[in-house]
Amino acid sequence: MKKASKILTYEEIQETLCQRHSPEIQEKLNSARVAIAGLGGLGSNVAFALARIGVGYLHLVDFDRVDITNLNRQQYFMRHLGMYKTDALKGELLDINPYLDIQTDCIKVTESNVKALFQNEDIICEAFDVPECKALLVNGILEHFPEKKLVAASGMAGFGDSNEIRTRKVTKNFYLCGDEVTEPGYARGLMAPRVSICAGHEANMIVRLILGKS
Amino acid sequence: MITVHVNGKAKQLTGELTVAAFLEQENYKANRIAVELNGAIVPKATYTEVLLHQDDTLEVVSFVGGG
Repeated sequence: MKKASKILTYEEIQETLCQRHSPEIQEKLNSARVAIAGLGGLGSNVAFALARIGVGYLHLVDFDRVDITNLNRQQYFMRHLGMYKTDALKGELLDINPYLDIQTDCIKVTESNVKALFQNEDIICEAFDVPECKALLVNGILEHFPEKKLVAASGMAGFGDSNEIRTRKVTKNFYLCGDEVTEPGYARGLMAPRVSICAGHEANMIVRLILGKS
Repeated sequence: MITVHVNGKAKQLTGELTVAAFLEQENYKANRIAVELNGAIVPKATYTEVLLHQDDTLEVVSFVGGG
């Protein structure tokens, strides 16, 4: 017999998260504000990880729609094909925890809108695919908001050594995850395992920053 | 000759170059990088003005595709 789906109460979710993480840690996660730029293999996995541990406010930014090539590594299902990633992902995150504050902007990040888009969050996750877009976001954030924390990624294609993916502190508020060299190519595509390792690095660095580590 | 430190390695330059000239000499793709000089971002618009001096520390982050 199919069990009816259950909507947990806010109190049930909070109690469970506090049991797992401790109340003092959960309080910090609840009040954290994180922006995620790009909702592909990196961003969708980062968003899932942060939503599951109850990071209270997520700002999701992407202009693209879910397509069939995304399903090998991104957190979407067949039912999402054709949907905007912002809408699809927001729905999934609210299935995990309906009490999160999820804001979305279905827009392409450019030099002229980067300042306005990311002014309200303390921590920004770069999760784009195209290297020029990565560079544009990183330059824009470091120029306009040198006091904000920025976690970016570069180099996670293929199935090379997992341990070559690392997190490096580049400068005071700028962290870079990945092997920094492996771009996609023939027989070296973007694949769920290694992309999600890199996304895990980004997500854990964000958690460390929320909790006052560097 | 001056010595600067680029991505953790000492590098000899023939003189005080601009960031733009250095990046071109080293074949960096300007639209795929971020450049930090002594810990602070170098705005792209200033690459042609900012000069590298003796003992400067330069970090050039190159982005590859994938996400």
